[in-house]
Amino acid sequence: MKAAAQVIMDTGAHAAALAVKSARVDVVPGYPITPQTAIMEALAAMVENGELHARFIPVEGEHSAMAAAVAASAAGARVFTATSANGLLYMHEVLHMASGGRLPVVMCNVNRGIFAPWTLWADHQDSFAQRDTGWIQYHCSSNQEVFNTILQAFRVAEQINIPIMVNFDGFAISHCLMPLTLPPQEDIDRFLPPFEPEWRLDPAHPSSFSNVTMAAEYATFRQMLADDILAAIPLVKQAAREYQEITGMWDGDTIDTYRLEDAEVVALAVNSMAAELRLSVDILRQQGIKAGLLRPRLVVPFPSEDIIQVLPRNAQVMVLDRNYNYGHPGGILAQELKGALFGRRNDITVKNRVMGIGGIDLPRRLMADEIRAMMEE
Amino acid sequence: MTTSIKNLPDTEQVLSGNGACGGCPATMALRIVGKALGPNAIMLLTPSCSVASMGMTPKLGYNWPGLNICFATAGSSASGVIHALEVMKEKGRLPGELPTVFSWVGDGGTYDIGFQSLSAAAERNDNIIHFCYNNEAYSNTGVQRSGATPRGSFTTTTPTGKSQPKKNMALLMLEHNIPYVATATVAYPGDLYDKVVKAKNTPGMKYIEILAPCYLGWQFDMADTVQMSRMAVRSGAWLLWEAENGNISFNNPTAPIINGKKDAAPVEEYLMKQGRFNRLLKGSDAQQRIAEIQGDIDREIAFMRERAKISI
Ligand SMILES: Cc1ncc(C[n+]2csc(CCOP(=O)(O)OP(=O)(O)O)c2C)c(N)n1
Ligand code: SF4
Ligand SMILES: [Mg+2]
Repeated sequence: MKAAAQVIMDTGAHAAALAVKSARVDVVPGYPITPQTAIMEALAAMVENGELHARFIPVEGEHSAMAAAVAASAAGARVFTATSANGLLYMHEVLHMASGGRLPVVMCNVNRGIFAPWTLWADHQDSFAQRDTGWIQYHCSSNQEVFNTILQAFRVAEQINIPIMVNFDGFAISHCLMPLTLPPQEDIDRFLPPFEPEWRLDPAHPSSFSNVTMAAEYATFRQMLADDILAAIPLVKQAAREYQEITGMWDGDTIDTYRLEDAEVVALAVNSMAAELRLSVDILRQQGIKAGLLRPRLVVPFPSEDIIQVLPRNAQVMVLDRNYNYGHPGGILAQELKGALFGRRNDITVKNRVMGIGGIDLPRRLMADEIRAMMEE
Repeated sequence: MTTSIKNLPDTEQVLSGNGACGGCPATMALRIVGKALGPNAIMLLTPSCSVASMGMTPKLGYNWPGLNICFATAGSSASGVIHALEVMKEKGRLPGELPTVFSWVGDGGTYDIGFQSLSAAAERNDNIIHFCYNNEAYSNTGVQRSGATPRGSFTTTTPTGKSQPKKNMALLMLEHNIPYVATATVAYPGDLYDKVVKAKNTPGMKYIEILAPCYLGWQFDMADTVQMSRMAVRSGAWLLWEAENGNISFNNPTAPIINGKKDAAPVEEYLMKQGRFNRLLKGSDAQQRIAEIQGDIDREIAFMRERAKISI
C-alpha cells in the first residue's frame, strides 16, 4: 500500500532541513548566521542522530562553507549549504567557482538586509547583489514552497550542472509556523533520482578541473554558462509539473499568478511580501479596482517570455522592490521587468516603489494603499 | 634509516614537460611526493607557480585528478573532497581504496590568505595532507613578500629588505594537536619521501612543509637549487623535524645542530649566495643586519630545542 502524505506544523527553516533530508544529500558544510542558523542546527542534529546519512562539516566561515561545498560536489557528492546576508556576500568569490566549475550545489539563502549598519530582518539586497554570479535563483513565498522548491532545485541543478540558490525571507518564513505537507519518501525518490555526475575527481581519470584556459576557451565556457542558464527555464517548468503530478502540489513554475486574467493593475513582487500581496489584491478588488498579482519564482534566469505572455493588455504593473538598484531610481526587479518588456510590450506601464527595507512590516492594507497611490501618479 | 635516493620507486607522477622554470624546487619536491603517494590520490591546487606550470585545461602535467580552487580555501576544499569520498564509500558508491586527498600550496596560500581555512581543517582533524612548498615569497605574481619571507630579504614589496622575521608555520600547525607535522627540503629527497609515506599512512590531518629555494625570487644560479637547499639546512635557517602525535624529533643534518653536537654554519655564507640579501649585505650596517638574521635563527633553534622536550 502506498504511504500517505503527512501534514505537520513547521517553520520555514525546518521545512528546508526536511527537504534536504528527503533529498538524501551527502555533504552539508555549514556556518551559522541569523536567520539561517536554524537550518544548519537541524541538519547537524539529523546527521548526528543518524536520521540523515551525510557528513556535516562545521567550517570556520562562509567562504570555506562554499569552498567545501564545491569541492565535495566535484568529488561526486550531492551537497547542500545555507546562509544569509553577510554570509552570502562572504561567499561571493566561491559562488563564481561553483557556477564556472558547473557544480550543481543547492543552497538556501534566508534573505536578510546587509551590513552596514547591522539589521537582522529581511530585505532582498543580499540575493540580488549575487544576481550576476551565474547561479539560478528561486524566490519562495511560503514554507511549503521552500520545501517543494529545494527538491525541484536539486533536480534542475543536476540536469544542467548549474548551482541553484533557493531564497526566502528571514523570520516571516524561516521562523513562522505554517502547515507543511510532507510527501512520502518513495514519491520524492521517484521525483529526484540519485546524483550521477557526468564527471568527478577520480584517480582512474586524471584530468584538471577549472584549470587555466586560453581566451577562446574561456569565452566558450562563459558562453555555455550564459546559454545554459537560459536553457534552465523549460527544465524549471518540467520539474514543477512533474512534482505536481507526483505530489499534487503546485507553487507556480517560473512565475505564479493570482487574479491576473482581467487585471488592469498588476502588483509584482517576490518572497513573503508577495504572499501578503494576494490579500492586498483582494482588498483592491473589493474597492472596485481590477487588481492582480504576478510573482516571479525565478529571478535568475528572469522569466521574461512568461511575463510577456501573461500580462493583460494595457496593464499598469506596480513593482514593489525590497532592494535598491543603486545608481538608478528604485529597485532591481523594476529594472529587470523594464528590460524584459522593452520593445515587446509597449502597452504596459511600469511603476516602482522600494518598500520593506530592513524588515519593515508590509501589511496588506499598507500595500493596497500604496498601489492606489501609485495609480494616481 | 632514511631511504636512499637510489631506492626511490620508479613511479613518476610529475610528467615530463611542464611550464616550470629550470631547477624549479616546487616541481622537484612534487616529483618526490608523487613517488611516495602513487597514483591513487586527488590533488587540490591554489593559484601559484605550480598552477602556472601545470599545463592548460583540460590537461595537466601531474598525473592525478587536479582541482583548481580559490586561493584562500586549501583547508576547506580538501575537507570537502575527503568528506564526500568517505561518505560515498560508506554508502557503497565508491569502489576501490580511498584515495589520498592532498593540497599542493605555496607559502602565500598557507601562511597568509589560506591560514584561516587551514587552521580550521586542522582543528577538525580532517583526513588530508597539506603540503606547503615554501619559496618564501609570492613567486607567481612576481616575488612579493609573504609571511614566510625572512627578515632582510628583498621582494618587490620590501624593496629595502623585509623588516620582520618569518613565522614558524609548521610549529603553529603542530599546536593544532594534529597527528603528523614535518618539515623537509629538496636537498634531502629520501627524508622527504619517508615523511610523505608516513603522512599517507596516518589518518587525520597531516602538514608537510618543504623549503623550496627559488632561483628567481632568491636570485641565485638556476643550477644551484639543491645546494641552496642544503646550505639553508646546514646554517640552521631551515630545520628538519617531524612530530608524530606531538612528539618532535629532529632529522639529519639538523639533529646534531639542535643537540649542540655540531655548530650550524654561519648564516653569512648562505646569505651571500643569494641576491635577495644584496642590499642588506652592501649597506654600512651590514654586520648588524646579519646579526639580526643570525639572532632569528638562533632563537628558532633554541625554541625548537626546548619545545621538543615537551612530549604528550
Ligand atoms: C583571492 C586572490 N588574491 C590574489 C590572487 C593573486 N595571486 C595568484 S598566485 C599568488 C601568489 C601565490 O604565492 P604562493 O602561494 O607563495 O605560491 P608561489 O607563487 O610562490 O608558488 C597571488 C597573490 C589570487 N589568485 N586570488
Ligand atoms: S619562479 Fe621559482 S617556484 Fe616559480 S616556477 Fe620558477 S623556480 Fe619554480
Ligand atoms: Mg611562494
